[in-house]
Amino acid sequence: MNCINKNAPRILKISKIVNEGLGQKSIFFNETIDSKPGQFIMVYLPGVDEKPMAISYKTRKEFAFTSQAVGKFTKAIEKLKPGDKLGIRGPYGKGFSLKKNACVIAGGVGMSSVSTLIDKLKNPLIIYGARSKNHLIYLKRYKKNNLEIATDDGSSGFKGFNTVLLEKALKEKKIKQVYTCGPEVMMEKVFNICKKNKVECEASLERYMSCGFGVCGKCMVDDQIVCVDGPVFTSKQLLKMPEFGNSARLKSGRKVSLQEYHATPT
Amino acid sequence: MLKTSICGVKLKNPTVLASGILGVTKPSLDRMGREGAGAVTMKSLCHEERSGNNNPTMFNEGEVFLNAVGLPGQGMDSALKDFKRLDDLSVPVIGSIYGYTLKQFGQVTKKIASLNPAMIEVNISCPNIHYGENYDNSPSLAAKVTKICKKNAGKIPVSIKLSPNVYDIKVMAKAVEKAGADAITAINTLTGMSIDADTRKPILKAKTGGISGPALKPVAIKCVYEIYKTVKIPIIGTGGITTGKDAIEMVMAGATLVGVGTACYYRGPSVFKKICKEMETWMKKNKIKNLREIRGIAHK
Repeated sequence: MNCINKNAPRILKISKIVNEGLGQKSIFFNETIDSKPGQFIMVYLPGVDEKPMAISYKTRKEFAFTSQAVGKFTKAIEKLKPGDKLGIRGPYGKGFSLKKNACVIAGGVGMSSVSTLIDKLKNPLIIYGARSKNHLIYLKRYKKNNLEIATDDGSSGFKGFNTVLLEKALKEKKIKQVYTCGPEVMMEKVFNICKKNKVECEASLERYMSCGFGVCGKCMVDDQIVCVDGPVFTSKQLLKMPEFGNSARLKSGRKVSLQEYHATPT
Repeated sequence: MLKTSICGVKLKNPTVLASGILGVTKPSLDRMGREGAGAVTMKSLCHEERSGNNNPTMFNEGEVFLNAVGLPGQGMDSALKDFKRLDDLSVPVIGSIYGYTLKQFGQVTKKIASLNPAMIEVNISCPNIHYGENYDNSPSLAAKVTKICKKNAGKIPVSIKLSPNVYDIKVMAKAVEKAGADAITAINTLTGMSIDADTRKPILKAKTGGISGPALKPVAIKCVYEIYKTVKIPIIGTGGITTGKDAIEMVMAGATLVGVGTACYYRGPSVFKKICKEMETWMKKNKIKNLREIRGIAHK
């Protein structure tokens, strides 16, 4: 019996923790999970909170999520040790399609939402951007891949936005499908670049969630329920979602700008 | 075949999106209308912005669905700007409200009425918050809430949402009918709790919560049956309705409309179309042309 696929947290022991960079850690479990790239799990830290996390590693023996310490919950996750227990439920949501001639463009820890996709695709072009060299994760994991890097400060790869590299790649290479995850401003840029170049795009969105299975209604982006209709949306869907790149709902359900959404602790 | 009306409001079918499920935003209410709901109920709003509880706020184990979301909401003043009006959606909207004090119940009712919803549902029975007074358990307080909401609702019909966590729901139903309620919504969730043996802790962050899902159905059927026997005003029967047959049984207990909430989890947002189709199939097979023919039939 696969103990993960139930909608109550199943308590699992952490088998391994991998330091990925500055406050970014991958938390591993010796369990199988029946998931598709782009799907997510709800991670429950008893006594603290429960949050959606992308499945960032998946093999026949184990799976992991990657957390970046920013808020109360992720800072508590950062302090965990192998052997500590977490509750896991899921996987939830719709994942990415798996198309040929693909480019995966990620920003910051958004890379953890597309990493299992990269594992499944056949030699995709990876364009990866972050604030600095120290904010890049999984570099060893992708050292044999076709990887282009951009950093804001130029400490690694191209100095500037990763979207500049995307524009160049779309002109020079035969790319038919773009996949993206990162800050929503970046994804909106990616979406617009793809629209201009008539290339299909799929983006993985992040919103506040209570349930993960289409009940609480907090993750709505226009009339789309991010946890069940997404979190991955196609360009065709995004075109009908004016709130994409503009606004999000706080835990209370109040609509605010993306900037205020990210500045509000949950 | 499924056309129904309640308090003068016409519906294409008797299924209603229950309060608390997805109805946080206007586009989500409209979406559930397009998914087939006959009417849609907003998530309850009060006079102030509330973040609700931290997670875990809900989980499911078989036929039990336990939640303690704790009524998060943007607050009525913010909602007035967000929703703008409630009479321009594809289906009738039921505005759901509450307050902590009688005065707040009145004020919030007046504000939601300005958005022109088809009906106003007064939530006196959420088991996951402290209202300040036990409106759900006191017939006299429930009557006072009903009176003040009626006074502030103008011509908009008012339904009072009752709790199953009472000694005798008939007494509560009688009290709100006498106070002028136009309808009764029954029931809210049943209080419950779950402890995880591995962590030795309650699963819900709020420790206790409310049970919904198929496990709640027999409780809801019994409450609606008893209320139908006691009052003349129509009932929105809510609790555990997941299939067309469940809905038919709820109508047989005496419900005019049938609330559907947690079934959105069990069967997805298209649950309304599925339930309606199943109701029609049952009705055709049993040669029932209109739901009036079977409403309250279990009492005969």
